[in-house]
Parts: sequence; C-alpha cells; structure tokens
Amino acid sequence: MSIDQFNYTRIPADAELLRAEVREFLSQTLADFPAVRRADSWMGFDAEFSCKLGARGWVGMALPKQYGGADASAFARYVVIEELLAAGAPVSAHWFADRQSGPQILHYGTQAQRDFHLPAICRGERYFCIGMSEPGSGSDLASIKSRARREGDKWVLNGQKVWTTNAHRAHYMIALVRTSDSDNRHGGMSQFIIDLTLPGITVRPIKDLTGSEHFNEVFFDNVELSDDDLIGSEGQGWQQVTAELAFERSGPERFLSSMALLNTLIEMIGEQPDRLQAREIGRLTARLFTLRNMSLAVTRQLQEGKNPAWAASCVKDLGSVFEQEIPEIAQLLTETLPTSSGGSDHARVLAYLMQQAPSFSLRGGTREILRGIIARGLGLR
Amino acid sequence: MRDVFESALEKLFTDHVSAEAVLNAERDGWQPQLWAAIEESGFALASAPEELGGAGASWDDLFGVLQLCGRFSLPLPLPEALLGNWLLGQCGLEAIAAPLSVAPRADLVWEGGRVSGTLQQVPWGRHVEQVVAVVAGPEPTVVVLATAACSDKILSTNTAGEARDDLVFEQATPLASQSLAAGLAADVLWQGGALLRSVQMAGALQEVMRVAAEYVNERVQFGKPIAKFQAVQHQLAVLAEHVAATRVAAEAACVESTAGLALLPLMAAKICASEAAGIGASSGHGVHGAIGFTHEYSLHLLTRRLWSWRSEFGSLTYWSDQLGQAVCGAGVKLYWPTITSGALPQ
Ligand SMILES: Cc1cc2nc3c(=O)[nH]c(=O)nc-3n(C[C@H](O)[C@H](O)[C@H](O)COP(=O)(O)OP(=O)(O)OC[C@H]3O[C@@H](n4cnc5c(N)ncnc54)[C@H](O)[C@@H]3O)c2cc1C
Repeated sequence: MSIDQFNYTRIPADAELLRAEVREFLSQTLADFPAVRRADSWMGFDAEFSCKLGARGWVGMALPKQYGGADASAFARYVVIEELLAAGAPVSAHWFADRQSGPQILHYGTQAQRDFHLPAICRGERYFCIGMSEPGSGSDLASIKSRARREGDKWVLNGQKVWTTNAHRAHYMIALVRTSDSDNRHGGMSQFIIDLTLPGITVRPIKDLTGSEHFNEVFFDNVELSDDDLIGSEGQGWQQVTAELAFERSGPERFLSSMALLNTLIEMIGEQPDRLQAREIGRLTARLFTLRNMSLAVTRQLQEGKNPAWAASCVKDLGSVFEQEIPEIAQLLTETLPTSSGGSDHARVLAYLMQQAPSFSLRGGTREILRGIIARGLGLR
Repeated sequence: MRDVFESALEKLFTDHVSAEAVLNAERDGWQPQLWAAIEESGFALASAPEELGGAGASWDDLFGVLQLCGRFSLPLPLPEALLGNWLLGQCGLEAIAAPLSVAPRADLVWEGGRVSGTLQQVPWGRHVEQVVAVVAGPEPTVVVLATAACSDKILSTNTAGEARDDLVFEQATPLASQSLAAGLAADVLWQGGALLRSVQMAGALQEVMRVAAEYVNERVQFGKPIAKFQAVQHQLAVLAEHVAATRVAAEAACVESTAGLALLPLMAAKICASEAAGIGASSGHGVHGAIGFTHEYSLHLLTRRLWSWRSEFGSLTYWSDQLGQAVCGAGVKLYWPTITSGALPQ
C-alpha cells in the first residue's frame, strides 16, 4: 500500500456550492439546539429532522435519481455530511442507511429491494441498523454463530446480535449470519435485510455508561425469512461486509465526534489565549485540517470506484486518537469541573464527551484491529 | 509538470546522491561536483519565471522535487535556492544560478544604498556564494548579498552536519535589490522555509517507513521475522498514519501556494511534519534495534535531519502558537469556516 494514496484533493467547485445552502439551513433549523445535544453528534436521533433533510434532498443523495437520490458525487455528499457533523446536527436516525445500507442495497440488492427501500431512505423515513457483532464475536467477526437454516422455501433464523446501534428505533437490520457450514473461515455467511417487526425478534436497549440508550441486544427466535430478504449472494456475506467497511470507516464522522467540545473550548478560552492554550488549539487545528485532507483523499478514491479500505483505516485510527484527545486537552487548558447537570455548556459537553470518548476507538473496529489492517497493507502480515 | 521534474531528478539523485556521498558531505562540507550536476540540470532555477531565467514552476510542480531532496538527504541547498529564486522572481529580479541560499531571519537595516546587520542561521551559509534576504521596515525590500562581502561568520551546524551560519554584514552593497512584491510578508522566507522543510520531512519520513518495513521483514528473532510481532506491526502502522498525514499536509501546502504562500496549509504541514518527525525517528530506530544506532547503517542520515528540520523555520511550538492565536483571535464562529476554506481568518 502506498502513502501516495493520500493525494491532496480539493472539493470540486460544484460540490462546494452546496455548503452555503446547508449552513443556512442548519443555522435556521438548529438555532436553539443546545450544545449538549450537539455533542451527541451522529448518535443524536431525530426522525423529524431526518425527514426535513430528506425533503431537501440531502439523504441518500449519492443514489441514482430514479430512486429519489440526486446522483450526487461523493464530494457533494461529503460537503453535506461534514456540515451536519460540524454543527452537531442529530443525524443518527438516517445515518446508517445513508452511509452504508443504501449504497449496499444499490450495489447488491435485487430490483425489488431497491424499489422498496431506496426511495424511503432518500425521503429520510427509513432507518437501518447494522447487525454484525454478537456476544462471542466482536473483533473476530468471522466467528459469528447466528444462523439461518433453510426449511422448504423459507429461512429460519436463530441467534443474537449485540451492540446494535439504533436497533430499538430502526425499521430494518442488515445482518451478517451463518447460512451453511464451510471449511473456509470466511465462507458460509450471508446477509439478510431483516424487518425488525417480524415475529420472534426481541430488541432490548442496553444503557451505555452515561445512561444513554444508543445500542441494543437483538434476539432472533425462529424468525422466518424468505429468499427475498437475502441481500447479495448466499455465501458471499463476508466479502460484502468487508466492502461495506470501507464506507463505514472513511467518513468525517471518524474525526469530528468531539467537535462540539472543541467549539465550547475555543469559546471558553476566548479571543486572547495564553501561550499554552494557543499552542494546544493550534496543534489541534493543524491535525483537524490535515485529517480532513486525508479523509478527502479517501473520498476521491471512493468517487473513482476504488476500494480504499487501507487508507480508510489510517484515517479512522488517527481520527479516533484525535477525537479522544480533545477531552484530555480540554482538561489541560481550562479549569472546568465536568458536570452531568447544571454547570456551563462547556462543562456539560466536556462531561458527556469525556465519557463517550472510549467508544470512539471501539465502534467500527477497534484500534488494534485497524492497526492490524494497516500493517497487512504495509506487507508486515 | 510534477512527474516530469520528479522522474528527471530522481534519476540524477540515484546516480549522484548515495549514502556515501551524503556522509562525505557531512565530513568535508560542500560537494562542488554534485552542485555542478544540479546546476547543469537547471533545477535550482526552476521556480523563477521563464522571462527571468527559470522554468516558471509552481510549488505544486516542485512538490516531488522537494520530497526527493528529503528522501535522499541531499547535502546541498537546492530547496533553499528554489525558494530564493522564487522570491526573486516574485519581485521581478533575475534568477541566480550560482550556489544560493536564503536567510530565515535577518535584522538588516539600510544605510544609504548599503545594508548592515546579521543573517541568522543561513542554511549552507559558509558554502554558498549568494544569499537572498529581506530587509524589514515600512517598505520591505528583498536583497541579494554576496557572502564574500560579509564581515564575520559565526559558524554552526545542525544535527545532520548541515551548515547553519550567521553572516554579519557591515555596509555591504547588495548585488540586487527590489521592493518586496505586494502580498508578501517581511518574513516570507521564514514561511517559505517552513514549506520547504515540511515537504523534505514528508520525503524523509516515507523513506524511514520504507526502510523500516523492509528491515522488519528481514530480521529474524525467536524464529520468525520480527514483522510478525504485533507490537512491531502496530508501531509501524501508527508511523504510516503519521507519514500519510505529513504527505497530504505537505502536498496541500504546495498546491495551495501557487499564487502566494498559503499560510494555514503551510502551518498545518509544518506542525504535522514536526510531530511526525519525532514519531518517525522513535519508531524507525525502535524497530531497528542496535544496528540502526550505528554510523554504518544509514537510517541516521534521515533521522538526524528530521531532528533538525522539525525545528528549523519555526518549530512545532512556534507554528502551533501562531495558528492558535489566529483561530482563537477570530472567535469560535469562524472556526469551522476557517477549516473548510483553508484560509486563516483575516
Ligand atoms: C458505541 C458502540 C456502538 C456500536 N455499534 C455497533 C453496531 O451498530 N453494530 C455492530 O455490529 N456492532 C456495533 N458495535 C460493536 C463494535 O463493533 C465492537 O465493540 C468491536 O468490534 C469490538 O468488539 P468487542 O467489543 O467484542 O471487543 P473484543 O473484540 O473483545 O476486543 C477487546 C479488546 O481486545 C482487543 N483485541 C481483540 N482481538 C485482537 C487481536 N487479534 N489483536 C489484538 N487485540 C485484539 C481489541 O482491540 C480490544 O482492545 C458498537 C460498539 C460500540 C462501543
């Protein structure tokens, strides 16, 4: 893998044109949106907001026009999502559909699946969750046990998923499950689009350490599925999931999660920083600016139809280190007691993100797993 | 343009700039034959406009050239000559083919038609024939001074044995002078030098990365190549991330500096490169074990340069401070727009 994949890439002028429009929309729609909710970033769920974005054509915008998308470039989508994230807009409801389920259905789905799902995704009305992890299978995803067995012309699914973000509010899950025995570690798996209202499915929210409910455990007890629910090819689940991860790991959400805190911190410091404050804010700014340029280099590869899995892993790992350092540096620069209630905006945003920060290098693949992927690309494994 | 320059210079360096040549230069100083080869190639003039004797190459075109200077540890002021000739060109002065450097900092004053003062830490100062400097003041001017006319030299070398000399001038008549072109700051050479070093560091770090990855696949301990140990893999993975960051940051600074020096990208590039330099030297040496700590093994040609280059033309601390002052001073409302526009708030 070559470092030359990190080519400096300017956002093309036509995509850049969208920025002012998105900013204007956000400054109106989110005028009174509190800082603490902005800190939720892409974990903030607001169906009404997602529908508003859908009405503006900003959900699923890279999908073809015939399905309600805008045939927009990866760069146009980038401009929209980075503005949403920088503002701390509550994008979680449609986030996974926009980022990965939509493109995946377009790529692997049948015509019927496309016609059924994509227009609803583009309207900002249909929400997906990603069912990969299981109690016994986190980093070692290939060890999953949930299994769909063929019975006549049906599939019967049994098993459990866990840590599934938004399963309690999403309409569908795209799940990776075992469909046959295989000697190959990466064989015998397939993906299904599962309607979460089907009989036999139980979704139980799991409170995270802050007490928020974002992720869930999902149980499948003799859930009946049909061939029409299968997405892509039977037995190709692993390959499909791997391709999906390039979308999952390359975006600006992988370094903007602490943006709300960086904002309150700069506000708190004011216009006359002391030496230490100036230096640390300067250093963070240089890193943010550069991470964005790295992420745009990856976006260029996605736009050109390449698979930038290696470069995306570099961005995600460096990005999560950055996001995680912001609460630490905030502590270093100002004398602020983090507060869960009461206190200033800055104190509450600090408290919230400090506690969320550990998850930044877990979700979407842990630090160690990403570094392993990078090392493989360097020819070390 | 970039590819043409790069492949031509890569060939020249491969032929002439071996590790041995670099070590010789560290020991003996100036390498006249090597400079002659570069002078003949015309590369040192490339940054000047065609009508003033150059090739009209932009910093974008020269990105690969500067990276090569870092990758090969070129023991000559080709980057400095490119910066000097670029500035002369911006101000309408003829390009200079003779060995040329720039003054990062100078406290020159005019006395009639002559200048007095000290040029600080001039790269290759004792070796070059001419130096480009800026005389600050209400109407800053760019001057070319002959090193032969200096009244005193205070010699020093950086950790890579590269000369960084203070040159003192008393009532010296510049070989050429011109008002600094509009839009250029009095510390343009300091800023431009930061750009040079960022790109050189990007080149050097990629070479550290390449050498380290190669070495860990060869070295066997506990019955297998040390590349198979996860701790080794992860160190190099983190290094690769920083090298990638440095590369794209340096390229951004070059590409955006076609009209004038783009300050925000340039600051980001120097800050990221300076941070990566420490990580690169630490991991590069770490995975090499004792062999990398020897004079015999050429890793130190790169790391000793990284240790100095990161501090030259403004350190991590200097540029972080400048950038932090600028973005805090503008207020939080302009923070994100500054990131997306790529320009410092006014
Ligand atoms: C907030 C949040 C949201 C999430 N949302 C989803 C979701 O929507 N859908 C979904 O499917 N999953 C989701 N996950 C799960 C996430 O993908 C897993 O947490 C992750 O893959 C790690 O798995 P694990 O938690 O089982 O940890 P483990 O795999 O048990 O890892 C524990 C530690 O061991 C290390 N480790 C494991 N294997 C190795 C190895 N080979 N070499 C070195 N170190 C190793 C890990 O790096 C980690 O440090 C979410 C997680 C979080 C925290």
